[in-house]
Amino acid sequence: MPELDCPNCGLRPIEEFTFGGERPSVPDRITDPLERDVDYAWMHDNVNGATSERWFHAAGCRRWLTVRRNTSLTGMTPVE
Amino acid sequence: MNEFVETILALEWHKPKPAYDVVIIGGGGHGLATAYYLATRHGITNVAVLEANYIGSGNSGRNTTIIRANYGIPESIRFYQHSLELYGTLEDETGCWIMHSTKGLLWLAHTESAMRAERARCLLNQACGAETVMVTPEEARSICPQLDLSGGGRYPVLGASYHVGAATARHDRVVWAYAQGAMRKGVDVLQHTPVTGLLRDGERVVGVETPNGPISAGLVLSAVGGNVSTVAAMADVRLPIRTHPLQAFVTNAYALGFGPIISDTELFCYVSQTARGQMLMGAEFDPQPSYSLGSSYNFLQSCSAKVTHLLPFLRDLRILRQWTGICDISTDFSPIMGETGVPGFLVTTGWGTWGFKAIPAGGEQMAELIATGRTPAMLEPFRLDRFARELPMADQGSTGTR
Repeated sequence: MPELDCPNCGLRPIEEFTFGGERPSVPDRITDPLERDVDYAWMHDNVNGATSERWFHAAGCRRWLTVRRNTSLTGMTPVE
Repeated sequence: MNEFVETILALEWHKPKPAYDVVIIGGGGHGLATAYYLATRHGITNVAVLEANYIGSGNSGRNTTIIRANYGIPESIRFYQHSLELYGTLEDETGCWIMHSTKGLLWLAHTESAMRAERARCLLNQACGAETVMVTPEEARSICPQLDLSGGGRYPVLGASYHVGAATARHDRVVWAYAQGAMRKGVDVLQHTPVTGLLRDGERVVGVETPNGPISAGLVLSAVGGNVSTVAAMADVRLPIRTHPLQAFVTNAYALGFGPIISDTELFCYVSQTARGQMLMGAEFDPQPSYSLGSSYNFLQSCSAKVTHLLPFLRDLRILRQWTGICDISTDFSPIMGETGVPGFLVTTGWGTWGFKAIPAGGEQMAELIATGRTPAMLEPFRLDRFARELPMADQGSTGTR
């Protein structure tokens, strides 16, 4: 079972967490303020590799965590 | 390609030409269907379909083969209903047996709020041309005698919507039918040809880079599945897509016939029987984005626990194999088709967990867009710029989406 290492609760099954999305990053090449807003609101980097995400421990400590993990690998493999 | 497939297909695989009118990245259902309709409907045959692996090796060969149109918003229902009708005539049109079989789909409701949702679905479906009717638990049981109406005591069936036209087809054969039809008209299908970059002339995309050298193109269409963000990034196109794994599994053969397709939004699972008699099951996509094709025991456990409540006979079966596809899940759970804002680069993506049923309509409409240069009315709601216009097509009509 994929597990996430919560700093407050320790290793817990992924079912306890809610995915909150990766941290938004708007590319610098987009300069128009309106386009930057659209990108911030809708678009995703969808990185194949190391990424930084927000997860909410809904059935645990009920705190938001920032998780560094590798999306190329199965489950919730963290990035060291 | 094994010998069996080669006998069915009897195809010549091509060496790339230096230039094509249209280059399609991705030799799955959508890419090959677009090529097929370009060649047959519009006479555009100077087309290449580039596939990184073998054709149908991505999500076209990993889905649960369900074809249905009972979606949640009018634009989607009309689109998928058109696709469902095209599937019905595909065997006659291509001369290929795709093992199409109309089965009907029972969408179960276990709570009053789910009943309300299913009633609304029926009305909207009927209004938009897809045949869906409410059935009582007893009627559901006569359609599917294996169904436990008490839901194992935990999920009692209060009723169901019955989508009459739902069907299944053999997914590989759909891919091969389109590949064969397109290649007979002169389309080149280039397997084991990954795209490593895009050729640009200023802003315009004018071709693709491959390990075998560059190929120039009048127009490049990305029909890529889970890896679409990587390809779009080559054209500096940003997409509202995350790649999530979706898992499925089959059991050994169940000797008694299992007629319909069973679907359930509250349990997030769907069950049907393959032509070989195996019971095929899937659930919602994994919560974490990932590009990994790894499967998990956790999924087998949770999905089995859910479906055995409804269909107790499944407890006596054995799981034969499981697999994973990586789905391009769009933010609003609707596909994204058409222009990207970058000249010469189109996408058909965001097919998430609902792409297989849309292959004929998606291919046909994308071919019309490429041939005429105008977005067909059916695709207008699904353009990429809908997000900038604050007009997302929110439709959680897929069983796998919360």
